[in-house]
Amino acid sequence: MNTATNNPGLTRSGKPAARIASGRTLLEVQSVSKAFGGLLAVDDLSFSVREGEVLGIVGPNGSGKTTVMNLVSGVFSVSSGEIYLDGQDLTAVPAHKIARAGVARTFQLVKVLPGLSTIDNVIAGAVFARRRRWGSEAKSHARNLLDRVGLGGRQTQPVSSLTYIDQKRVELARALAGDPQILLLDEWLAGLNPSELQTGMELVQSLSDEGRTIILVEHVMDAIRSLCDRCIVVNSGRLIAEGTPSAVLSDPAVIAAYLGEEHD
Amino acid sequence: MDILISGLLLGGTYVLIALGLNLQYGVARIMNLANGEMLVLGALASFWMFVSSAVSPLLTLILVIPLAFIGNWLIYRLLLIPLVRRARHQGQLEVDSILATFGMSFVLVGIMVALHGEYFTYSFLARPITILQSTVALNRLVAFGFAVLIGALLVLWLNYSRAGMAVRAVAVDPASARLVGINVEKISALAFAVGGSVAAVAGVLISTFITLDASVGVIFTMKALIIIIMGGVGDVRGAIVAALILGLVETLVATLIDPGLTLASAYLIFLLVLLFKPQGLFGRAQT
Amino acid sequence: MKSADIRALVTAVVCIVLAALVPFVFNGYWLSIALTAMMYIALSTSWALFSGPTHYISLASGAFFGVGGYLVATGMSDYNQSFWLMMFVAAIAATVLAGLIGLATLRLSGVYFVIFTLGLAEMIRNLVSWVQNNFLGSRGLYVLTDFTEAHIYWMLLTVASAVFIFGWLVERSRLGFALKIIGNDETVARHVGINTAWTKVVLFMSTGFFAALVGAIIAPRYSYIEPNLVFSPELSFLVVIMALLGGTHRLWGPLLGVIPFTLIWEAISIWIPNFTTLFLGIAFLTIVYFVPNGFVGLLEKTRGSRGVKAGS
Repeated sequence: MNTATNNPGLTRSGKPAARIASGRTLLEVQSVSKAFGGLLAVDDLSFSVREGEVLGIVGPNGSGKTTVMNLVSGVFSVSSGEIYLDGQDLTAVPAHKIARAGVARTFQLVKVLPGLSTIDNVIAGAVFARRRRWGSEAKSHARNLLDRVGLGGRQTQPVSSLTYIDQKRVELARALAGDPQILLLDEWLAGLNPSELQTGMELVQSLSDEGRTIILVEHVMDAIRSLCDRCIVVNSGRLIAEGTPSAVLSDPAVIAAYLGEEHD
Repeated sequence: MDILISGLLLGGTYVLIALGLNLQYGVARIMNLANGEMLVLGALASFWMFVSSAVSPLLTLILVIPLAFIGNWLIYRLLLIPLVRRARHQGQLEVDSILATFGMSFVLVGIMVALHGEYFTYSFLARPITILQSTVALNRLVAFGFAVLIGALLVLWLNYSRAGMAVRAVAVDPASARLVGINVEKISALAFAVGGSVAAVAGVLISTFITLDASVGVIFTMKALIIIIMGGVGDVRGAIVAALILGLVETLVATLIDPGLTLASAYLIFLLVLLFKPQGLFGRAQT
Repeated sequence: MKSADIRALVTAVVCIVLAALVPFVFNGYWLSIALTAMMYIALSTSWALFSGPTHYISLASGAFFGVGGYLVATGMSDYNQSFWLMMFVAAIAATVLAGLIGLATLRLSGVYFVIFTLGLAEMIRNLVSWVQNNFLGSRGLYVLTDFTEAHIYWMLLTVASAVFIFGWLVERSRLGFALKIIGNDETVARHVGINTAWTKVVLFMSTGFFAALVGAIIAPRYSYIEPNLVFSPELSFLVVIMALLGGTHRLWGPLLGVIPFTLIWEAISIWIPNFTTLFLGIAFLTIVYFVPNGFVGLLEKTRGSRGVKAGS
């Protein structure tokens, strides 16, 4: 893991700070709550993401991070509050329309389409989403993305024969295939060994360098420190801190929330 | 008033059918479409004992319960476990078990038609009796009483016995149940067998006041399924309420409009549930 | 067009031409068996287009088939409409019905859908009988045309060919790709932008359309129609068995199931009619336990061991 800590200085400097500051607000989450029966999983949470920004969402297990992802991507509808993407109201919109509006995601437990080849898995992301491609255009687009995530030459392989990290790569390529406005990565770096983690982080960094807007839910703190421009901390569904990763992670309230949780 | 009482009496027996299937679907996670045939088998046994040796259906119960238990246990062990084991995900198990239990259902109907192709008619306790100014047949009342008794025993067993607790644990979450040392396969087999016996018991009871034949099982399966969906999968209280509603509505439609429309009325209820309350009457949205 | 496509096209044309010649070679008994087989080819192939990729087991074929036959009979008998008009009306009516059923049930899990379609034919039969007895008067419905068995056979062949063309087009379209994704993982399907409910409903509507068309075309064969005859739950099960037996993951899969099964079914219905139900049960169990991927699956397995790996 110490390899990862070399990164921040290098890559942060590669990113023009001015562009981040001037980015317009892309995603706006306004006092959103979500109740499951009696349990309030997300409680009056507000945050926003600017264009080109990498926002980290951290918090102890069960704090509601994944629920936030599920609300933004439309798995559940919110109990109250509003969500806007680029001014467009996504609050009560079904998942497939949210995807078409330009929200793409990966899943905490990797979800590939086992009956399809690797390239078809990626094409799946290109055909129906924000920017639609079909036929040879979709194919060459998917091929480029597979190259991009480091899976060139594996296109015809059945996806179920790929290793865990490679399936995660396929998932990432699928999410990118529709040219999303915003990319949600739900613990995309979890479960990787140190060298895989290094590769994974470089990949996410390169996406960010392209100017993509990313929300990162992550337990791997090195990744948060090196990749995120800004961080929000969620505990019991509430926002308890917001700011740069280094500031937030040294916040006493955050440390208190994590106490006994931080094993990494 | 007549409608209310006979509707409730009919609903009482529906409760039993639905409880049986609920155990099989909610715990063993097998959508058993041969459940109605278990019921008809119970009815056939009862008819046979009565006609050949004049044995009271209530005594036949003593014979039917263990036989149905063993039979269903064997079905689960021999035919369904292989499907559970080979299924890569819940969806595949669902499709396989639907097809397999359809197969069992047809095989059982085929066998029963070969055994006795005509109606199972016999007359047991067919005396009129008056309650609350309504006249009902005594056999209906007795069947209702037994249905309530057996339903109550079942609920007590589920809530207060060790095995019942294990059954409920598996119903909620098989993976976690396994972690606390519950043998999920064994408990599923148990639940499946108990569910099958309950269906057979219902068959014995129903045969005292409704004339059945070998191929009528699928109608009862349908009704049980509608009740379960209306009540919410795994929800005993919901199933009871749903069964009573179905019994009432069917009696209402049969008396006021046309007996040929009972199935259509069941469908109407089903449709309303699917459209407005797919999680069941007492189900919470999105859990 | 790739060479494989051309080969498939040539094979298809040859098959259709050969099938069209059947009435010139056979007549009487064997023609009527060919007619039954052609009917099931259209029904099972259309069924598999929806149920194959989505894994939703539809038992609604009997209901749509009945709607087709019954509407043709009512229209011709009671309202003096032409066969062709009523065939068209029936197909549209069944498509709409399928759309409504699909909208109500296909958002939910497969179990709900199976249960709903399970009693559908029976329920519609009850409703139709009730309406007929109470409001229309219990008149017999006659379908009198000058169609011969050969004419009916050729019409069914046309429908079956249309099903194949439709299936071929769907397989190459975004709709077909969307169905494949839904069958793999519905959650992923939604999150890549597929309107999963609508996709399933559209395909289900196509099964309603084709089944009603088949039902309408078969009606003249019976001449006298009553609800009990056309709304047959058994038909739904036969369609499912034949399609699964052949294999649903290839367009031509059901064909392989229909031909042998029609022959066996015919033999059993004649020689041991009391055992048809038992046989249906055994067929279901055989499929689940021994040929889960159908004959196509067996075929591909043996071919696969020779080193040909077919991508699905």
